[in-house]
Parts: sequence; structure tokens; C-alpha cells
Amino acid sequence: MSTKIEEHSVRVAAICDRMAALEGPLLPILHEVQEEFGHIPEGALQTISKKLNLSRAEVHGVASFYHDFREEKAGKHVIKICRAEACQAMGADDLGDHAKSRLKVDWSQTTSDQKVTLEPVFCLGLCACAPAAMVDGKVVGRVSKDRMNRILDEVGA
Amino acid sequence: MSIKVYVPLDSGSVALGADDVATAIAQKATTAGADVKVVRNGSFGMYWLEPMVEVETSHGRVAYGPVKPEDVDALFAADFLTGGEHKLYLGRTENIPFLKSQTRLTFQRCGFIDPVSLEDYRAYDGLTGLKNALEMTDEQIVQSVTDSGLRGRGGAGFPTGIKWNTVRQAPAEQKYIVCNADEGDSGTFADRMIMEGEPFVLIEGMIIAGLATGATKGYVYTRSEYPAAIRIMNEAIEVARANGVLGENILGSGKTFDMEVRMGAGAYVCGEETSLLNSMEGKRGVVRAKPPLPALEGFMGRPTVVNNVISLCSVPVILEKGADYYRDFGMGRSRGTIPIQIAGNVKHGGLYEVGFGLTLGEIVEQIGGGTATGRPIKAVQVGGPLGAYFPKELFDTPFDYEEFAKRDGLIGHAGVVVFDDTVDLMKQARFAMEFCAIESCGKCTPCRIGSIRGTEVVDKLARGEDPELQIELLTDLCNTMKFGSLCALGGFTPYPVMSALTHFPDDFKPHALDIAAE
Repeated sequence: MSTKIEEHSVRVAAICDRMAALEGPLLPILHEVQEEFGHIPEGALQTISKKLNLSRAEVHGVASFYHDFREEKAGKHVIKICRAEACQAMGADDLGDHAKSRLKVDWSQTTSDQKVTLEPVFCLGLCACAPAAMVDGKVVGRVSKDRMNRILDEVGA
Repeated sequence: MSIKVYVPLDSGSVALGADDVATAIAQKATTAGADVKVVRNGSFGMYWLEPMVEVETSHGRVAYGPVKPEDVDALFAADFLTGGEHKLYLGRTENIPFLKSQTRLTFQRCGFIDPVSLEDYRAYDGLTGLKNALEMTDEQIVQSVTDSGLRGRGGAGFPTGIKWNTVRQAPAEQKYIVCNADEGDSGTFADRMIMEGEPFVLIEGMIIAGLATGATKGYVYTRSEYPAAIRIMNEAIEVARANGVLGENILGSGKTFDMEVRMGAGAYVCGEETSLLNSMEGKRGVVRAKPPLPALEGFMGRPTVVNNVISLCSVPVILEKGADYYRDFGMGRSRGTIPIQIAGNVKHGGLYEVGFGLTLGEIVEQIGGGTATGRPIKAVQVGGPLGAYFPKELFDTPFDYEEFAKRDGLIGHAGVVVFDDTVDLMKQARFAMEFCAIESCGKCTPCRIGSIRGTEVVDKLARGEDPELQIELLTDLCNTMKFGSLCALGGFTPYPVMSALTHFPDDFKPHALDIAAE
């Protein structure tokens, strides 16, 4: 076992200990692990399963069920564009196509320089100021193509 | 005394630049030597006016909007701190027609107060419902909610009082109140708005639910897409605990209730109550078969009330003003008020709370003001991604659970999404199937496989491969999904698909769908 994985497992174990008293601790633990490492690192599932007395398969099943949990680290910047109906009504499909072509990626992919990950999201609750996006956790409404260009310029894409 | 200037912290307002406006106002006030206190309030839900800035003047709160950071200098020059005239001047907030014509019961304080100020909440008669509830027996509280006619605002419309009574009568050491704040339907944002703008009303509603059913622990399960709502709810819970509203001695009554927020992880299906409970227990968000009902075997196998945010937020006003007061609003079996969310391609998008009974046409044409693009309305989807597309011919449908059902639709969580005449309903039907495929939990076959087959059938139809046969297949498939699926995801996906096919048959003639490669 490499030292990196050992170090990871110590940190993951600490997170598990901190959250063990919660009723139904697995989702909060996975969120914390992802917050700390940027993804669910190799070996984390093993540590969590031991700590919670679950099989590794069960933990894997949970982590892989939810769209939020990543196996790989995301790019430096994460741009989420809403693809749901209210945003579609205001041109979200074109906006998504525009971002994909400028970044030369498809949905859920990261640019080759690891700078930007483009993700679809189904509703940010900004349906009265559509189309909407979330850039590194910050919400943006009424995103025109020009606005998207400025966002992409700002993140250096 | 410093002049209060309100700039919303609501995500919708922030998405339109409210943070920058707040900073610009604070900076300008400093350089101009004006004694200004910037208060971050919730939104009134008039998103075409956001960011809407208000000033507390001697003649009441006056509003300006939509304000951009570059407008701030001019506002100061126009003496907006005393309510001066400016092209963005909107008059007194409460007199803005969109707001004035509403019946705000559930959202009565949202926008007016600092969301995490318990002092503000009390000043606007907050906690009165809870105080009344503390004087009542559990049975009386349940009776009051039953008498009010309140039905589940998540979409199913099940009578809240009956659900509470089942939990009340269930014997158990530990019972739970779970607030379903997994607001994933496109076109809906009422839960987000009230959690960000008036979190104490949700806390108050959950405590009352606890008193009524004997539950001492509550959870708010909300979405990771709502980080601001999570932050504000957590802050409000801390304040409520510190002030003896939550904890082991609620307002000095000796009764106990405490709560916490849980964050989902991007799965739409977790808005379904049994899938939500699995998720909270740390499992895959797979739907459970019913029975057993969550009311008897819910979270951790114990009796659990699962209520939508808006249902719980409507409880305090019922306990404050009485069941009759609430029940007197509305029509038919849909009693009280409903916060309608007007969204998509619409001029005046926002939240409009009103008694049930307005027609769909009144909502989108008069209140919403037609499309944002200025083109004619072609379709309106009501009730989220699982709701039907309504054509103009059905604009006389009153906003009411039963009236929508009669026309093969549903009001769901009361989201209304407007589309102009550029929308392609065959593409929307395909999207409904695609969305179901992406979000299916995989437990039942009609949903898991049916949705994939659905997109394929629509693609064949678009290519003109034996169109009549494809329409027959699609209809048959929808029938199977509707009656064979375990929950509303597979069961209701046929609503948008079949309504599109029924009301917009011309769109289903073979043509290229403008869909980018997946």
C-alpha cells in the first residue's frame, strides 16, 4: 500500500469517526470525503465500509448511485448548465451547445488542460431567470451566449 | 439612526447580481458619508425586478429595481435614501400590483424580514402558531390541520391532517418529521425561496408537526443544488436553538424537538418520499414498495411524517389564524392558498401566492404577462418534468387538483413553465423520456427500460419510420409505464409525452429533431 493511500485512509477514517453518531451517516460522510479530496479517492470505500460495518460493494453502490459523487477529480473550474425545461424555454440547449463547442468537450467531461469541467444540471431553482448556470458554486441567471463567453474567458478557457 | 437598505440574498437575486449591488451600495454609502445599514432579506419573488433594492423611509418601504451595480451612483444622486424619484423607482413595495394582488399566507413574511433574525420573525407575529399549538393537545392540533383542508403541496395532494393522525396513533419510542425539500422539478423554486427567505416558518411548522404526532426529531432533506438554502437553514436552526425555540424546552414548555439539515447528492428520484428515506438512511435512493406506509415504517423503520416544505410552512398560519380562516380560501377540494411559480419564457416570472381557482390563462397571460420573447405562447407545462403540456385551448382550466386531473394533467408542486411558438413538442416528449432514463432509480422495469425505449420510439418517429406504428407503440408504452411503474417518475412521465402527442399532433410529423449528440 502506497503512503498516499495510507494517508488518505487516515483522513477518511477521521471523517467517519466525526460523523458516526449521525443517523444514516453514509451520505454525509461521502459528501465530506468529496469536499476534502475533490472526489471519492481510491481506498476510501474500503475505509468507509470497515468503519460502518458495510460491505465495500454496498458503499460502492451508494457512491455510484448519486450524480454528485466523482471517481475522478474535476477540472480546476466546474461549470454547470441547467438543461431542464424552464431553461430550455429560454434557449438552454443552444447555450449548452455553445459551451461544449468552445470548450471542445461533451457533457460531464473535462478540458484536456484540466481547467474546466462542464456538467449538466437539472434545475437550480432559478427558473424565473433562465437560462441558469452555476460557476464554481456561484449562481448565474439569464445567461446569454455573451455572458457565457465572459464566464469562459474568466476561467481561462 | 442608520437608514436600512434591503438587498435580497435570495439565490435568484444573487444570480442576477445582488451581491455586487449590495457591495456597491455599502461602498458608496461609506464614501458619501451616509449612515446606511444594508440588510440582506429574502426575495418577494418578482424576478424581473431583481435585484430589487428597498429603502426604509418615513413613508414606508420603497423599492427600486432591477438595480445593477452601475446604477448605484445615480440612485444616491437621486436621493433614493429618502425615497427619491429615479427611473427604477417602483413605489412602495406593498403596492406593487404583482405583490398587492396576492394572498400571502405561507409567504407572508418572505421578503420583509432578515431571514435569520428571530427578532424580525417575532415582530411579524412569527411563533404565534407554535404558541397556540403548545396550549393544545396533539389531537386538537391534528384536528385543526385536518379541518383546514390542507393537502400535500409536494404534488400528491394527500390530506396533511390524515397523514399526521396516522403517525400520531402509531406507537413508537421514536418518531420523525421529515421535510421533503428535494425540490427537483424544473419550474419550481418555492421551497428554495422560503428556506432562503423565511426559514423560521419551516422550523415552526416542523415543531408543530412534532407536537401533533409525538415526534421529537426532524430532518430537512434538501438538494446539493441549493447551497444557499442549506447555509441559511443551518444558521436559522442554530439561532432557534440558542433562543430556546428548538431543543429540550420549546419556548419554556418542557417539550422537546430538534432538527437538522441533510443534503442529497443530485438524484431527482430522491424527491419521491420512500427513495428519500432510503437516501437519508445512507442507501441508494431506490424507491420502496408501499405498504408499509412511511407513516408507520419510515425513517429507520419508525413512524415518520414526510411532508413537503410548503405543506409544513402553511401549518403555522393555520394554527395562528384558525382552520376556518385558511379553509375559506380556495375552491372545491383544494383549500387555502398555493404559491404558483411562473417560470420559463415569461415576462413577469416569479412566485405568486393566491387561493386555488385562478385559470391557467389568467396565470400566464395576465399575471405572467405573456412570453419574455414577445412571441405567442404555444404551450405551458404545469407540474414539473412529470406534468402535462397544456395548449391555449385549455387555458380556462382552474388551478385546482381535481380540475387539472380531469384534463389529464397535474398541478404537482405548482410550477408553471411557459414556452413560446418556437418550441418543438416532439423534442419535449423525447426529453421527458430521456430525463426519466437519466433519473430512474432502476428498481422497476417500466421506468428503467420503458424510458429508454421511449426515446428510441420518438427518434424513429422523427425519422419517419412507419409513423403510425410508432405512435401506437408510444401510446402503448406510456400506458405500461403509467400503470406498471412503482412511483411517480415512471408513472407520470407519460403525462408530458401523451399531452404533447394529444394536443400538438402536428409536431409529431417526421422532422429532424434539433438535438445535439449525447
